Amino acid sequence: MNKVVKNVYEAIEGIADNMTLMVGGFGLCGIPENSILALSKTGIKGLCCISNNAGVDDFGLGLLLKNKQIRKMISSYVGENAEFERQLLNGELEVELIPQGTLAERVRAGGAGIPAFFVPAGYGTEVAEGKEVRAFDGKMHLMETALKADFAIVKAWKGDTNGNLIYKYTANNFNEVMATAGKITIAEVEELVPVGELDPNCIHTPGIYVQRIFKGENYEKRIEQRTIKHS
Amino acid sequence: MALDKNQIAQRIAQEINDGDYVNLGIGIPTLVANYIPEKVNVILQSENGLLGIGPFPTDDNVDADLINAGKQTITYVKGATFFDSSRSFAMIRGGHVDLTILGAFEVSETGDIASWKVPGKMVKGMGGAMDLVSSAKNIIVAMQHTNKGQSKILKKCTLPLTGVSCVKKIVTDIAVLEVTANGFKLLERAPGVTVEEIVNSTEGKLIVEGEIPEMKLY
Repeated sequence: MNKVVKNVYEAIEGIADNMTLMVGGFGLCGIPENSILALSKTGIKGLCCISNNAGVDDFGLGLLLKNKQIRKMISSYVGENAEFERQLLNGELEVELIPQGTLAERVRAGGAGIPAFFVPAGYGTEVAEGKEVRAFDGKMHLMETALKADFAIVKAWKGDTNGNLIYKYTANNFNEVMATAGKITIAEVEELVPVGELDPNCIHTPGIYVQRIFKGENYEKRIEQRTIKHS
Repeated sequence: MALDKNQIAQRIAQEINDGDYVNLGIGIPTLVANYIPEKVNVILQSENGLLGIGPFPTDDNVDADLINAGKQTITYVKGATFFDSSRSFAMIRGGHVDLTILGAFEVSETGDIASWKVPGKMVKGMGGAMDLVSSAKNIIVAMQHTNKGQSKILKKCTLPLTGVSCVKKIVTDIAVLEVTANGFKLLERAPGVTVEEIVNSTEGKLIVEGEIPEMKLY
């Protein structure tokens, strides 16, 4: 078993035009910076990106948007990005907005072999359009279907050579669940250690879900809303 | 006098009970945390994966890996736990969060809420709002009663909905309202605001029974 790849370019090998990618992160927190930057230097285009957000103009998925590498975004919240807005209003970009919990659960279902399920979120709203509606215990629910991806790209704090992953604080967010739903899951980590060094009690993502792992470099970890206590 | 944002937050803080798990939305709801009495023990949930939000950090305590759902840097309290987004919404959808406080553009007399989209303007997305309003046990809305003289407390919402028949209570700059089967019931008025002013600012059906007390801000 050799999951460790030499560098980010080896990690993203096989990602091609028109593929569907899951990209972990919430805002700019916990995004796979190395992989996104590397993708922005390829000519790969027509991507469908499943990611809670779309980055900002010059960072995160915003880099791929700027290069017009993304055909479609599946997200819950896409503010903070002027280039995104421009492309959307010009009809250059397709966008599917999904309630955040439904998005997370659709990804979880994709990784867990559950083709569809019912949730109450979005009932009576435009999210319900075209969806099967059913009452359970007197409450209305929408049928939602699983999401999967050709590649899932996640960022973890620590990982070992078997692909076991640990996330830090709220940088977990969509990473843990997306790691389960890629045909190929790429993990970039801040610290890569030999197998056996991570406490098995503390693993978030068991290595079974991860096909490729590498140690990322030069993490910028940009902060969107630096908020300080007034003392 | 109409309440300012901090006073709305101050009034809403009185709705929180000891032991509650609470999700605070972006804007006025975030301010509610500043007014929870010390003797009331509350655990704040952040839907991006934290139970136990702490105060904002000091300058040398900022960690990019630790943010709230509004993407602001935060800290965590003793006993806090972190988890992924699917689990976070499983606890929301599963009804484990006692109280959700969020903002709104409009609320209808049947408890419908519109809070995420203004057609013709930039659409940013609903984030976790639809999940929260469809599953929390108790939903309180913090909002302005009117916008440029137009009531936002309506018979029927005009903007795209976030959820239907879900809002239980509304705290505005001039009143506290309860959503009942028969319409909005006026519970309290802001200090110095008359019942007549509230009636004139409310488009939806308003039930006024007996003396309406002034809000107490403490």
